Amino acid sequence: MEATSLARTPLFERHVALGARMVPFAGYEMPVQYAGVIEEHRAVRTDAGAFDVSHMGEIHVDGPSAHAFLQEMLSNDLDRLDDGQAQYTLLTNERGGIVDDVIAYRLGHGQYLVVANASNKGSVYGWLKEREPRGSEVRDASDEYGLVAVQGPRSLERLGLPERPAFTHEMGELDGVEVMISRTGYTGELGVELCCAEDDAPALWDAVLARGVVPCGLGARDTLRLEVCYPLHGNDITTETDAISAGLGWACALDTGFTGAEKLRRIKEAGPARKLVPFVLDDKGVPRQGMPIEGGGEVTSGTHSPMLDRGIGMGYVPAALAAPDTELTIDVRGKGRRAHVVSKPNYRKEE
Amino acid sequence: MAAAESYPDDLKYHAEHDWARIEGDEATLGITWFAQDSLGELVHFEPPEVGSTVTKDAACGEVESVKAVSDVIAPLSGEVLEVNQKAVDEPELVNEDPYGDGWLVRIRLSDPSEADALMDAAAYKAHVADQ
Repeated sequence: MEATSLARTPLFERHVALGARMVPFAGYEMPVQYAGVIEEHRAVRTDAGAFDVSHMGEIHVDGPSAHAFLQEMLSNDLDRLDDGQAQYTLLTNERGGIVDDVIAYRLGHGQYLVVANASNKGSVYGWLKEREPRGSEVRDASDEYGLVAVQGPRSLERLGLPERPAFTHEMGELDGVEVMISRTGYTGELGVELCCAEDDAPALWDAVLARGVVPCGLGARDTLRLEVCYPLHGNDITTETDAISAGLGWACALDTGFTGAEKLRRIKEAGPARKLVPFVLDDKGVPRQGMPIEGGGEVTSGTHSPMLDRGIGMGYVPAALAAPDTELTIDVRGKGRRAHVVSKPNYRKEE
Repeated sequence: MAAAESYPDDLKYHAEHDWARIEGDEATLGITWFAQDSLGELVHFEPPEVGSTVTKDAACGEVESVKAVSDVIAPLSGEVLEVNQKAVDEPELVNEDPYGDGWLVRIRLSDPSEADALMDAAAYKAHVADQ
């Protein structure tokens, strides 16, 4: 571990003071857990949890040609966004591969914010900067902001925030800290992501925890996202996988002609040879990334689901094995474990 | 609730963070407080089969947390007499009571003199401090 070369978020001292276990992730020293992954996971499913996601990338794209530029770079239809709205979208390459999955925020006319995965922020910025046309300014502002996700059924109540539609954002204030409040997240729960000036991040974090929100690490972030089948770039989607096979066709407006759209249209018409599917283990055990699935598949993400108390995961399988209820056999270190394909999400809240 | 850090004096320890409680020609085996703390909450224990043979310094099962899987290294050699079915059904017992209810395997020793190569609690504590 090259501890000296790792970056720190503005909340590093807070994590250490809370007794978090710190691990290297995407070039940062990040908290993987405080009290324990399962306890934190349950806090988010039943109450509210806070995640430091300041390591993520914030890239501003501004200017009179910003809209047309991003419409060409990103898979979703930017025309559907009004000021104060955001959308899940993919940065695609010419082969239809996924450079990153991002959230695009329309801040104003000709003003966009692209929030990228921490591990990809350099490549997203480089990709956009390299292709930036006249009339667009791409600027990496990742080090200017702190970002705290507050997620869970009681998150808004604890923060004293009103309900708003998902994927909207507004400027606001929390206990004296100016924040951009986005109704977004990575857990499948009600919640917000709060973006503030980097220097304000510790005050924001303290205010959130003072309201009874439980600090949660990257461990719970991963189990939470896998229960609701949100893909993780680098695992489930990569520059070598396409959106159609990954089940992300809903985020691709093929008629906008974005980079790789023609390639994706052909995959869609022919039907993908393999598909990304969620599955649940029927046997004991925990599936992990890279484990073979009998019949020519591979696990791309796997974990133990705290809510289902069994192994869950996602993986690519031949299209013939992709229908819900199809039985799969996963090679868990030499032992065949029975699993079956489920429809998304893996975990559903009981209403 | 996770247990507090401890390394009982009546146990023998292996460098791979396993313990043995030797009683005559039998021994009960488990993983140490340090091992369970490093792994986090256990969600799966894959035991060896009763009647199989385990070999000192070789894997005799797996323990798995949300984030990671780890081999259970046998601190001593012998035949598996019993596995802790409660730990199979409720792996969190290993976190709650690593030296008691969270034991993993009971074996009949094939070579009791192997125990001479294991560490006592003081030596193991020093070993953990180096990790």
